[in-house]
Amino acid sequence: MKPQAMEKQRKAVALISGGLDSMLAVKVIQDQGIHVEGINFFTGFCVEGHTHAVRKKHKDKQKRNNALWVAEQLGIKLHIVDVVEEYKDILLNPVHGYGKNVNPCLDCKTFMVKKAVEWIKEHDFDFIITGEVVGQRPMSQRKETMPVVAKNSGSADLLVRPLSARQLPATLPEREGWLKREQMYDFSGRTRKPQMALAKQYGFDDYAQPAGGCCMLTDENYAVKLIDMWDNRPSREYELDDIIMLKMGRHFRLAPHLKIIIGREEGENNFMQGYKGLFVSIFPTSHPGALCLVDGEFKSAVELNQALALVARYSQGKNAPEVTLSVRQIDGTEKEYNIAPMAVDDINKEWII
Amino acid sequence: MSHQPDKSHQPADMSLEHDKDHQLDARRLLCPLPVIRTQDAIAKLQVGELLTVTSTDPGAKMDIPCWCRINGHEVVEIKEQDHEIIITIRVMAEK
Repeated sequence: MKPQAMEKQRKAVALISGGLDSMLAVKVIQDQGIHVEGINFFTGFCVEGHTHAVRKKHKDKQKRNNALWVAEQLGIKLHIVDVVEEYKDILLNPVHGYGKNVNPCLDCKTFMVKKAVEWIKEHDFDFIITGEVVGQRPMSQRKETMPVVAKNSGSADLLVRPLSARQLPATLPEREGWLKREQMYDFSGRTRKPQMALAKQYGFDDYAQPAGGCCMLTDENYAVKLIDMWDNRPSREYELDDIIMLKMGRHFRLAPHLKIIIGREEGENNFMQGYKGLFVSIFPTSHPGALCLVDGEFKSAVELNQALALVARYSQGKNAPEVTLSVRQIDGTEKEYNIAPMAVDDINKEWII
Repeated sequence: MSHQPDKSHQPADMSLEHDKDHQLDARRLLCPLPVIRTQDAIAKLQVGELLTVTSTDPGAKMDIPCWCRINGHEVVEIKEQDHEIIITIRVMAEK
C-alpha cells in the first residue's frame, strides 16, 4: 500500500510587540497546529528600552523586554531585528503622514510587514500574523487602512489578523485550508474587553500595556523634544545616540545652538556618564548633584553661566550661596567655576522642552 | 577570563579549537540592543564556544538569559561589578 504523503507543517511568523494582542494572535494560530516564531523590529523608539531599565521611578515595572517575555510564555523563538537605519526614512518621510504626535503608524506598520515578507521568503515560512484589531487604532488599524498595509507591504493575502479575521476578506492560509476561519475572531473597535476575556480563557494574567503604548513616537513629551531637535539642527537626520538622549534627563534649550541635559536621578546620571566622551559635561564638585551634558556650544559667558547656574540649581547645593562645578571637555580637560544656583523664578519657562 | 568551559557538558563531536572565549562589549547600549548584539554574535560562533557580554543596561540581566532560554543556549555565569553586568554564555545547538 502506498504510504500517505505527510502534510507539510505550515509555519507562520508573528509580529511581536510584547503586548497582549500579538500574544493572543499567536496562541490562536498555534491552536490550529501552525508552527509560529516571533519577529520584533527594533526602531530605536521602544519605550521600555529607554526608560524602565534606567530610571528608579519605574522600579515597579519589570526590567524586562516584553517581546522576549511573551515569546518565552508562548514557547516560541523570537528574532529581534535591528532596523534603526532603515527606519529613519520611515520617520523622516512618511507617505501617509504622522498621527497625533510624530508617529508614522501607517507607514511603520507597512514597513514592518514588508520586512516580515522578506523574512518569510528567506526562511521558508508560509504566512505572517499580527495582533491587529479592526478599528482599534486611529491610524493603522482602521478597516480602510488595514488593506493598505497588506497591499503596500507586498504581503497581499499572506497577512492574517487572527483577532479580526472574520471581519476581513479570507486570506490564502484560509483558502488553502491551513487555517479555519471559524476558529479565529471578529473583534473590532477600541474596547479591550474581548481581548481580556480571551486572555482569561488562555490563562494569561500578566501582560504588558495595550499596543501603541510601546512607541516613544506616540508620546507627546518625547515628540516635543524630537521636534525641538529637528528645528534646531540644519538637518533632521539623526543617530541612535540622539534619540536615546531625548529620553534622558531634563532638557533646556538655552539657544538655537545650545541645549543642556541634566540627569534626573542616579540611574540616568550613571547612564549619561557613558556619553562624556561625546559631549562636554558639567557636574558639581562641592556638592552631590546631577550630571549635565551639553548638546551644542557656548557662544558667550552668559550662556555658560546660565548652564552652570541651572546645574547648580539641580544639585544638593541649591540653597547654598555658591556651588563649585567642573566643566569637562570631550578630551578630558576640566576647569572649575563657582556660581550661585539659579533661583526657581529665574528659570525661563521657554527654555524647558 | 575566569570562566573555563565545563568540558563534561561539551557535545562529543566538538573539537577543542572551537572552545574559545569571545568578548562582546555592549556597554552604553539599552534594551534590546545588548540582546540583538548577543544574538548576532552567537550566530557567528560554533557550538560549545563561550561568549562573554558586558553591558551597562540593568535590563540585560533579565533579557539576555531569557533570550538564551528561548534559543537553547546556556548561561554559564552572571556577575555584576562597577555598574556592569557580565554574562557568560555557552553556545549550544539551537532548539
